[in-house]
Amino acid sequence: MSARLIWIPFVVALALLGLIAWGLYKPADRTVRSALVGQTLPAFDLPPIVPTKPGLATARFATGKPRLLNVFASWCIPCVAEAPQLLRLKQAGVVIDAVAIRDTPAAIRDFLARNGDPYAAIGDDQTSSLQLALGSSGVPETFVIDGRGRIVQQHVGDIREDEVPGLIALVRGLK
Amino acid sequence: MLLLLFISPAFADSSLPPAPLANVQLKDPAKEAQAQALMATLRCVVCQGQSIADSNAEMASDMRSLVRTRIEGGQSPAQIRDWLIARYGDYISYDPPFSALTAPLWITPLVLLALGAWLARASFKRRGAR
Repeated sequence: MSARLIWIPFVVALALLGLIAWGLYKPADRTVRSALVGQTLPAFDLPPIVPTKPGLATARFATGKPRLLNVFASWCIPCVAEAPQLLRLKQAGVVIDAVAIRDTPAAIRDFLARNGDPYAAIGDDQTSSLQLALGSSGVPETFVIDGRGRIVQQHVGDIREDEVPGLIALVRGLK
Repeated sequence: MLLLLFISPAFADSSLPPAPLANVQLKDPAKEAQAQALMATLRCVVCQGQSIADSNAEMASDMRSLVRTRIEGGQSPAQIRDWLIARYGDYISYDPPFSALTAPLWITPLVLLALGAWLARASFKRRGAR
């Protein structure tokens, strides 16, 4: 074997080490994103969870007005952190429909009384069926839906303060 | 230390009972076997390293219930897998299809085997010549 070939294992090991170091310092994004972005909402029809608001059906989403579909739950702590941002979006004229995942009417009433109520409608999803149909992997998540019922964007995790203006602009720009 | 006993941890789980078919087997053993086999190859999206058959996460139990309900309703495991892939991408399945992305996984071993055979052949030849 020639003297130069002897260096190959060393170089390979060095490259491997580099790869590992890179993976350690810049871990991959493990967010599970929905494959439905860009497509029409799947069909669903959920009963209301509180008597004062309608439930959630696909028909609400193809009425020409863009809206947000917020996936939340009263037992979800980041949802509490997200509540003020949703209220600001509502003040800006954004319509927010919601689906409550694995929740009870009493807990939802309590949650709304405590954290404010930005929702136009709340569907009752006892077995995460809509969540699975949307390709959503947790709470909270927010889907931006255009006036024809198409999913424009998926926001995974709670909406932060600095993301509110961008969302308002996005929804206003939709048809 | 005693105080710790009175602190309740914040559970990131709902208080609802598991979905109807999350932990209950189907009556038909053949269908249950089909469902189990499918569940072992579907990824839990919350816990990511586990299949929904292995996971205690609520979302995994809801997915098990979805699988059993659909198998009971006459859908094939392939139909259910496709339905989930349409929503979560290939990531949801532990049985990824052959694509440009997964090709190296299949091809690299063959390439390494060929390389090994070539190296072995070269060294055997030298020994033979001596």
